[in-house]
Amino acid sequence: MKIHEYQAKQIFARYGIPVPKGEPAFSVAEAEAAAQRLIEATGIPVVVVKAQIHAGGRGKGGGVKVAKGGVADARALAEKILGMQLITVQTGPAGQKVRRLYIEQGLDIDREIYLALTLDRDRRRIAVMASREGGMDIEQVAHDTPEKIHTLHVDPVIGLAPYQARKLAFALGLGAKEQMRQFTKLLDGLYKCFLAEDCSLVEINPLVVTKKGDIVALDGKVTFDDNAEIRHPEWADLRDADEEDPVELEAKKVGISYVSLDGDIGCLVNGAGLAMGTMDIIQNYGGKPANFLDVGGGATQEQVKKAFQMILRSDKVKGIFVNIFGGIMRCDVVAAGIVAATKELGLSVPLVVRLEGTNVEAGRKILDESGLKIESASSMGDGAQKIVAAVKQGAAA
Amino acid sequence: MSILVNKDTRVVIQGITGEYGSQHARACIAYGTKVVAGVTPGRGGQRFEDKVPMFDTVEDAVKKEGADVSCIFVPPAGAADAIVEAADAGCRLVICITEGIPVLDMVKVRRYLEGKPTRLIGPNCPGIITPGECKIGIMPGHIHKKGHIGVLSKSGTLTYEAVGQLTAMGVGQSSCVGIGGDPVAGMDFIDVLELFNDDPDTHGVIMIGEIGGGAEQKAAAWIKANMKKPVAALIAGRAAPPGKRMGHAGAIISGGKGTAAEKIEALEDAGVKVSPTPADMASTLMSLMK
Repeated sequence: MKIHEYQAKQIFARYGIPVPKGEPAFSVAEAEAAAQRLIEATGIPVVVVKAQIHAGGRGKGGGVKVAKGGVADARALAEKILGMQLITVQTGPAGQKVRRLYIEQGLDIDREIYLALTLDRDRRRIAVMASREGGMDIEQVAHDTPEKIHTLHVDPVIGLAPYQARKLAFALGLGAKEQMRQFTKLLDGLYKCFLAEDCSLVEINPLVVTKKGDIVALDGKVTFDDNAEIRHPEWADLRDADEEDPVELEAKKVGISYVSLDGDIGCLVNGAGLAMGTMDIIQNYGGKPANFLDVGGGATQEQVKKAFQMILRSDKVKGIFVNIFGGIMRCDVVAAGIVAATKELGLSVPLVVRLEGTNVEAGRKILDESGLKIESASSMGDGAQKIVAAVKQGAAA
Repeated sequence: MSILVNKDTRVVIQGITGEYGSQHARACIAYGTKVVAGVTPGRGGQRFEDKVPMFDTVEDAVKKEGADVSCIFVPPAGAADAIVEAADAGCRLVICITEGIPVLDMVKVRRYLEGKPTRLIGPNCPGIITPGECKIGIMPGHIHKKGHIGVLSKSGTLTYEAVGQLTAMGVGQSSCVGIGGDPVAGMDFIDVLELFNDDPDTHGVIMIGEIGGGAEQKAAAWIKANMKKPVAALIAGRAAPPGKRMGHAGAIISGGKGTAAEKIEALEDAGVKVSPTPADMASTLMSLMK
């Protein structure tokens, strides 16, 4: 789960990580008032107006602007950015509508550093990564000049060792006494934050050294480990539904794993691996999957019905492939769910069903007796070829 | 022969009284698995279905019933603790079925298991089966057939798919291991491949990976250097977009790393034959066995 920069910074502040003064704003008037307060509080006439969307690359996309001319300038920029369709390298061509702003004090920056904590799956440790090449696209730095990225791994038994933090500070050119103190304190806070908040990624790009020599987190990106939601009820307030696919959110509510894709063949599958495999095999035979959908192992008839209705409601879906290998999942439950869904919404596109596993005969009987126009498949490969052919035929007609 | 579990394996089920745990305990017992104990704190002294003795702790189950393998159905919030308890009780193998354990819990668990003799399978996996002898987990027993092909996989349903294809061709399996799709888990591909490599009754292997992480690439390097038996592989997620978690917590292409193409290339370079689609896993392996 992702959160906004301003939310990340509010969390950082609780762990003693220095962040610039700032306020979120949901309207131009709020942005103007925030700029007014910031300028009065800091005595600096410069504020930064930052679009708050979950995708990265906001600066290059035109979503971060410096207002040098005081409150009026900040207001003009807020008018421009709020409501814009911000297109960045991460949003895709459609972009993301800006609904929130963050108004932040301006800083005199000496240099920019990259700092991130993430999980290193291969080492099974939290990794701290840092580079003097802050503000840049870090993946590019990692690719072109990997020697410029310094990495350390934290042993969960002893936590982040002070010597590791010192070593990193020296590598980043922060060895002078006061900067060393600030950096090691910040890194310690960041590690504690990562653990206590169950993060899967914490990234500060850039972490800046101001002209005065202070170290400040100028940006903040936090991603939570979805599995840890069970012990973080407070995340519900941090979630921004506008940033998520509405169908994916709806699916999550009913306990189904769903991801929207660009194609036109809807898929209903049990198991994440088989769901991915179903997308692959559709693509292999020249079709394009419209979604990833795993109804899970123990889905009820009601869940299957809801899942099938999600597919039926999508305008882009020109055909549906149901691929079930029932281990825990019973085929009759799946069949009953499909029939119930079509009773309410009808079925206007080709449907190919492959059922295998527990109670398969009962499942087939329910589908046969439903009167629905269903093409049954003897295997996954057979089913994929049939649905791709049916959708192509539909497009030609 | 087989790997890790056989007809003599004595199983304790942690979380045996839960809805999920009890349902699958029943299925394992019906398959013929020696489920010798159940653990649910507070239910010690009672019996599961009037048969299997229940204990308050895994330690009691090990001491009194000689359980050597644990299977965990404990909900995610308590599952990491359950793994640690099983390891401390001396179980040689712990199979954790639970899905949704916080990743940082697993980081700690893996660190705790370092240097200990306990092996961990999972979490977020279907378990392990040696057909005809012992089923520990949630896989449908009836699709399996005793034989000489080893199957190992990050995905439950794709394992069933592979097994179903093999059995339909009349080809049996030695053991089938689901290692799970979480970013930090227990035994990895290499750990299981080593066992299959050394098992005289395993003649060939189907390995099923997916997008995300680098475990398949590492396994490819190991296979190239060590594997004496034919291996066919499938990588799920060729059609998956980057940056999106595809169900499994670990199945995500991040920062351009962990793509299907990258993994397939590494495996092919190691002499592994990669199945063109999930429907061809068994036939791909059999083409190597002739």
